[in-house]
Amino acid sequence: MTGLNVDLRQDAPIPLDARFACAPGEVLALVGPSGGGKSTILRIIAGLYRPRAGRVSVDDEIWLDSAKGIAVAPHRRAAGIVFQSYALFPHMSAIGNISAALENLPSLKRRQRAEELLRLVNLGGLGDRRPSELSGGQQQRVAVARALAREPRVLLLDEPFSAVDRRTRERLYRELAIMRRRLSMPVVLVTHDLTEALMLADSLCLLHRGRTLQHGRPLDVMQRPATVEAARLVGQRNVFTGTVVKQDSDSGHTIIDWSGHRIEAASAPRFRTGDAVAWLVPQSKVLLHRRDRPSRGTKENPVSGVISEHVLLGDITVSVLEVEGRDDLAITFQVPAHVADRNRLGAGEHASVSLLAQAIHLMPVPDEPESIERL
Amino acid sequence: MDWTALFLSLQLGALTVLFLLPLGVIAGRALAYRDFLGKGLAEALVALPLVLPPTVVGYYLLVLFGAASPIGRTWQALYGQPLVFSFEGLLLASLLFNLPFAVLPMQRGFEAIPRELRDAAACCGMSPWRVLRRVELPLAWPGILTASVLTFAHTLGEFGVVLMVGGNIPGETETIAISIYDRVQAFDAASAGKMSALLLFLSVVTIAVTFALSRRIGRKSS
Repeated sequence: MTGLNVDLRQDAPIPLDARFACAPGEVLALVGPSGGGKSTILRIIAGLYRPRAGRVSVDDEIWLDSAKGIAVAPHRRAAGIVFQSYALFPHMSAIGNISAALENLPSLKRRQRAEELLRLVNLGGLGDRRPSELSGGQQQRVAVARALAREPRVLLLDEPFSAVDRRTRERLYRELAIMRRRLSMPVVLVTHDLTEALMLADSLCLLHRGRTLQHGRPLDVMQRPATVEAARLVGQRNVFTGTVVKQDSDSGHTIIDWSGHRIEAASAPRFRTGDAVAWLVPQSKVLLHRRDRPSRGTKENPVSGVISEHVLLGDITVSVLEVEGRDDLAITFQVPAHVADRNRLGAGEHASVSLLAQAIHLMPVPDEPESIERL
Repeated sequence: MDWTALFLSLQLGALTVLFLLPLGVIAGRALAYRDFLGKGLAEALVALPLVLPPTVVGYYLLVLFGAASPIGRTWQALYGQPLVFSFEGLLLASLLFNLPFAVLPMQRGFEAIPRELRDAAACCGMSPWRVLRRVELPLAWPGILTASVLTFAHTLGEFGVVLMVGGNIPGETETIAISIYDRVQAFDAASAGKMSALLLFLSVVTIAVTFALSRRIGRKSS
């Protein structure tokens, strides 16, 4: 298979059970909480860490195959890597840093190529500066140019945006989005920021304690996580349990009973009537009913109750609705601040919302039911 | 002024630095980056001359190099002269008692290089040897410079070990430190004063040059 293929297993010292593939030109985001093994996996791909068992291949080249005793040394793998700290050589200029990765070229060509790369990352003219004389964003660009200098078979980015301020980060996002069109190698981006993954990646691999939980299109993984554990990792707060009442082929809905409420969900034919299920509705798919003008949409999974928590966060508000008569069931939703104002949303107020049926996603009940309670 | 003793001291210092530089780089780098069985013991052995009284170090070296020991006997058989009370024996002793002054600053110098820099160098396609030359040595340079200066200065000033292993043979093992002591014993305060002043001057110049150099390197790399 072309592109990057990774399959890793190890119990200690860092538990790993990860497998994923990344096609040429694809940007794959490895996402998960800190300490989840993301950077370790990147180091394994680059050859900087050797796991007990695993296989890493790029196109037809095998970089690691513990079963066959193959482990190519890092300097012989064409892997470009941008570290979180950028790891620029402090005693070399920007050009020197890039040239350091071009030592296979004759010196005249090396300088030429390094200057080309510097222009590619919009740093033309700053080549003689040392890393200490460059801003965080400029340092990151030098690191990217250095990683690309070897014409790598794989580009590895280890949280490359975490050390710059927000404005610089947004500019660098744009630059990466433009530059990636020219890149023909698999790109693996390690991040703990889901928004970053959503913006930059073609696919997302969710990682927890060294284990790959789910691999798919970023929006799919975020809105349709395969398990409750994955749902928790992608920040879904509205996760509940219920029982399948009916598979309604006419309306194309799966009907579930949620503590006495009838909920219409997107069709999930793999569950049978009577099955216990976990289900979620994304916060953005909980619609507040207008007090003054009830609309047709209010018939879609209406839930009413009392607002138990109401927080203003800049220009949006986050509210928690305690379902009528059930203080153990709470739905979190967000509305723009002016909508909250107009509808007199506030702690202690009555409110009703609709849960959009097509966005309601069903998952198997986890073995440890308390993992739902924790949410 | 005992020029012969001064020249001998300078020669001993220079040779000690010359031999200990590569050894210190290898040992300091291994202690900084590698984990191996008995690393703690190795570190303790390297640091031992720092805490042992010089006469004790000298006594054990005298026993180790003496005609009754395998080393002493082999040396005698190979070169037809004893290892103790010779310049070669003095140099060997100097290498051993200077180990901590050479190895420890270099170890700190290598330890100060962030791991990601070495990793980045490998990912730039540099072989381990190239990483050492292009990244590690230039960045560990302040440590290496400190080690060289400390080793040289310490060799010039060492007294106890030199006296025990080398004795006091003019032109062969009599260093300037011993010559000063000798002059004082002979109530030749004028010579002792001149030689002490010269050593003081040399030491101040060496330290000043080192500080200036490491500041310049520090400014360049920060």
